[in-house]
Amino acid sequence: MDLLIHQVLSGLATGGIYASVALALVMIYQATHLVNFAQGEIAMFATYLAWTLMQAGVPYWGAFFITVAAAFVGGVILERVVIRPVENGPILSLVIVFIGLLVIFNSVAGWIYSYTIKPFPSPFPTQPLFGNTYVTSHELGSAGVTLTVLLLVFLFFRFTPLGLAMRAAAQNPVSSRLVGVRVGWMLALGWGLASAIGAVAGIMVAPIVFLEPNMMGGILLYAFAGALLGGIDSPGGAVLGGFVVGVLENVVGVYLGTELKLTVALVIIVGVLVVRPAGLFGKVHVARV
Amino acid sequence: MGTRQLLLLGMLVVVACVLPFVLGNYRVFQLTLALAYAIALLGLNMLTGFNGQISLGHGAFYAIGAYTAAILMDKAGFPYWATIPVSGVVCLVAGFLFGLPALRLEGLYLALATFALGVAMPQILKHKSLEHWTGGAMGVVIVKPDAPEGIPLSQDQWLYFFTLAWALLLFWVAWNLLRGRVGRALVAIRDQPIAAQAMGVNTAIYKSLTFGVSAFYTGVAGALGAIAVQFVAPDSFTIFLSLTLLIGVVIGGLASISGAIYGALFIQFVPNIADQISKAAPWAIYGVFLILFMYVMPSGVAGMVKMLRHRLSRSK
Repeated sequence: MDLLIHQVLSGLATGGIYASVALALVMIYQATHLVNFAQGEIAMFATYLAWTLMQAGVPYWGAFFITVAAAFVGGVILERVVIRPVENGPILSLVIVFIGLLVIFNSVAGWIYSYTIKPFPSPFPTQPLFGNTYVTSHELGSAGVTLTVLLLVFLFFRFTPLGLAMRAAAQNPVSSRLVGVRVGWMLALGWGLASAIGAVAGIMVAPIVFLEPNMMGGILLYAFAGALLGGIDSPGGAVLGGFVVGVLENVVGVYLGTELKLTVALVIIVGVLVVRPAGLFGKVHVARV
Repeated sequence: MGTRQLLLLGMLVVVACVLPFVLGNYRVFQLTLALAYAIALLGLNMLTGFNGQISLGHGAFYAIGAYTAAILMDKAGFPYWATIPVSGVVCLVAGFLFGLPALRLEGLYLALATFALGVAMPQILKHKSLEHWTGGAMGVVIVKPDAPEGIPLSQDQWLYFFTLAWALLLFWVAWNLLRGRVGRALVAIRDQPIAAQAMGVNTAIYKSLTFGVSAFYTGVAGALGAIAVQFVAPDSFTIFLSLTLLIGVVIGGLASISGAIYGALFIQFVPNIADQISKAAPWAIYGVFLILFMYVMPSGVAGMVKMLRHRLSRSK
């Protein structure tokens, strides 16, 4: 029982990471109806930026906010420069462009920073909080950061005019354009937000998995699974899905052995999706002839 | 097919037959692999291009085909040529069974399910319970077949022609299949699923059968590829292979039969070119190639060729 509690709690902690990457995926999905395969590598690259800043002597939170801002700008530029020329092409061409971005970011990071593993600092104390030995302070802290980001995203989309315009542009680009929403820029903004959220996730996960160019590989897969499990059009659902995937992964690891835990977790997720294809919180779309 | 097209095709086959006599053994081996990829891409294109079901996990069927051939030769003493159809049928069954539950999944959700299959495959192949058959992480070594007696060809040349024969056969079958009633049904299901159903197309059966047939093609390709490489190991069939196959289909041209050949040449040779351009970050060059290709030809090489032909014939 003790083991189970421990695994569930540390599952929640890693789940928080999946949740924030899942949230970034949902952001781009909301804006463009596409899943960005390069999301994880963008986050990894942003994390390297934070690391470089810290090596240069910038204090932790300073580096954190500079990186998030830079990731936002980078995401906007990426959309304007790289994605826009193929915006209206077949969906699969865009998927290939994403895969292209993925290998570019991965390869360039490896080229600049080499593939050796680097330790990454955590802003949270090394002592467990509240005398609780089940989870580390970092795990608690990063889950807290994820939930804060989720809250900010929710407030942004629910209560600000810009958030409303972004939602409108995603849902009905033609009508939005008619009432004066600059749809193209809304997409770019969506990319900016997504890469900023991804940067937060990267910085939060780096102390756990260590910093290296391939650090987001597995995480992106779990985030993808979490986003689909919770419902790709529901930010809250995606976050919950991320947590569920994290717990599932850890618990499966304990009871069925670690070598197949990836497989079993994925099989369970696909099983859930076969029963409820729209995800747990996704909208069910009804087609009409 | 018009006479001009037939002529062109004939010339292509003649060139394909001459190539192994003018190139070195290593190039012939690379071309053999490209032919195997072309078969796999044709299978994946049936599913993704013609039927609209995205698969990010076809590397798994390629792996199943490769392992079936290797195990049959290693454990059961099958001759190499007999393993090809068996590998295909094993994959046909596996693909059909996978296609049945996948019927309920669409778009992204299907992409995730197939992605999961692709990710899981190397882990399953490495698993202890299968180690007796698959050789675990060590894999299985295949003996390179000789040309039949009386045929003065080197092993590489013989394998090339053997693969070419399979490729021609399977392309011919696919051409007939996709041009006819079946092909129209597949495209209808992709474009207007509800209308297709209303017209009396049995969507469910067609979709899972397409999955099966595309797995058959990919499995045959896997077996041919394994015999050419003479070795199978779990790490040759990672998710990266599945992504490469999808890249090949899109670069070659979705819903195009000839696109499979262009795509195969791309995935076989462009990584080498990227490696020659930059030793430091070859994959960055490869990524730039991918993005540039999609800028210049968003509908793939086949789409570009079609457009050029159209322009030329109009300007006359």
